[in-house]
Amino acid sequence: MSRIRVELPAPLLRHAKITSGHEIALEIDAPVTLRRLLDALEEAHPTLRGCVRDQNTNERRAFIRFFACNEDLSHESVDDPLPDEIVSGREPLIILGAIAGG
Amino acid sequence: MSSVRVLAGTRKGAFILTSDGKRKDWKISGPHFTGWEIYHLKGSPADPNRLYASQTSGWFGQQVQRSDDGGETWNPISAQFTYDGVPGTHQWYDGTPHPWEFKRVWHLEPSLTEPDTVFAGAEDAALFKSTDGGNSWTELSGLRTNATAPGWQPGAGGMCLHTIILDPTNPERIVIAISAAGAFRSDDGGKSWKPINKGLNSKFLPNPTAEVGHCVHHIAMNAKTPKTLFMQKHWDVMRSDDAGDNWTEVSGNLPTDFGFVIDVHTHEPETVYVVPIKSDSEHFPLDGKLQVFRSKSGGNEWEPLTKGLPQQDCYVNVLRDAMSVDALDDCGIYFGTTGGQIYCSPDAGDTWNTISEHLPPVLSIEVQTLA
Repeated sequence: MSRIRVELPAPLLRHAKITSGHEIALEIDAPVTLRRLLDALEEAHPTLRGCVRDQNTNERRAFIRFFACNEDLSHESVDDPLPDEIVSGREPLIILGAIAGG
Repeated sequence: MSSVRVLAGTRKGAFILTSDGKRKDWKISGPHFTGWEIYHLKGSPADPNRLYASQTSGWFGQQVQRSDDGGETWNPISAQFTYDGVPGTHQWYDGTPHPWEFKRVWHLEPSLTEPDTVFAGAEDAALFKSTDGGNSWTELSGLRTNATAPGWQPGAGGMCLHTIILDPTNPERIVIAISAAGAFRSDDGGKSWKPINKGLNSKFLPNPTAEVGHCVHHIAMNAKTPKTLFMQKHWDVMRSDDAGDNWTEVSGNLPTDFGFVIDVHTHEPETVYVVPIKSDSEHFPLDGKLQVFRSKSGGNEWEPLTKGLPQQDCYVNVLRDAMSVDALDDCGIYFGTTGGQIYCSPDAGDTWNTISEHLPPVLSIEVQTLA
């Protein structure tokens, strides 16, 4: 079981009524993948269902991005193992809204 | 003493405005759901403290909120809107088949009698129903599987089901409208549907009197005369006296019959309100003058109402769900603009007061009359 740090964008923090800062922690069994992380996120905060992944397709929403260790993982397989820095808790997995529009 | 509660959905959150029956002094609460687009919020006629709100975002998708205390506190409810079966296709802008894709909820219509029952009008066009206070949703798929549906095409704002009217005298009858498919009616509680667009004439269609394809912007009904419907079409103001089976144009002397909103006086079923907009390419009032037009004869003869409204340099729009009426003895009329103003007339349109002037662009206005 790993304790994973996850950064959420401000609108989702407000929506989920998270007041403890912009980062939350999730306990996830190995192997730690993006899919498992998102499953754990939605289980811990059911109000976020549909906000990061489409509720019907389970695909990443078009304007959501996943960053880790200065890399964009948005287009990687959700079943790939996440980097060691994320699994060890040294770095957070960052979920953010893409810059879109002017 | 009676009071009113105005529910305003805006581009950046929801606002709730309250006043006593004089409708002179207002308190504003909000923004609720800061930063999210609130397409619509509406209270249950059976329990005024039960409110439903459609919260949406291009980034974070659709959410639905419910309040059980008149908007003091809110809790997310289910936003799982799943089309029944294989969704199939409708026409895309270029005329090719395009799969049905859920995007957002434009309108929430609570049941007239059951606080836990609420209908949701979606883009891409579909009607959903919840009977458990929004904890789950079921599509009334007889609408989307209507034989005409593969030919439906989105309007510029998307293929949205934006109007839901429940008949207070017949619980089996529902009227809905879709841009740009037209109006439809069910007489069996939403199981089966038929297009009700006879009499509509839309010059942008190859066949202007086609069965479907009309860009209906909004429909209004007075509860006392449920067979009479008033419609603001893309162009043309229309009325029907047989629950939509046949429509006749009542634009009459309007300076332009393009517009989005339309509503009916609560106590006078032949008194109708519209806000004429210059044209489909110029979404603002004629000559920079914001004017509500009122007909006391059910259409054709219209008078401008201007006292208290800006009469120069006004270039806002009034969107389709952004007008409502209260049920006080002296019927109040309300509307919101894309400039963030909300106006109230406490005397059926004769004079207007600005009750809020610096909100985000207003998407919807609903009014509750409270005992």
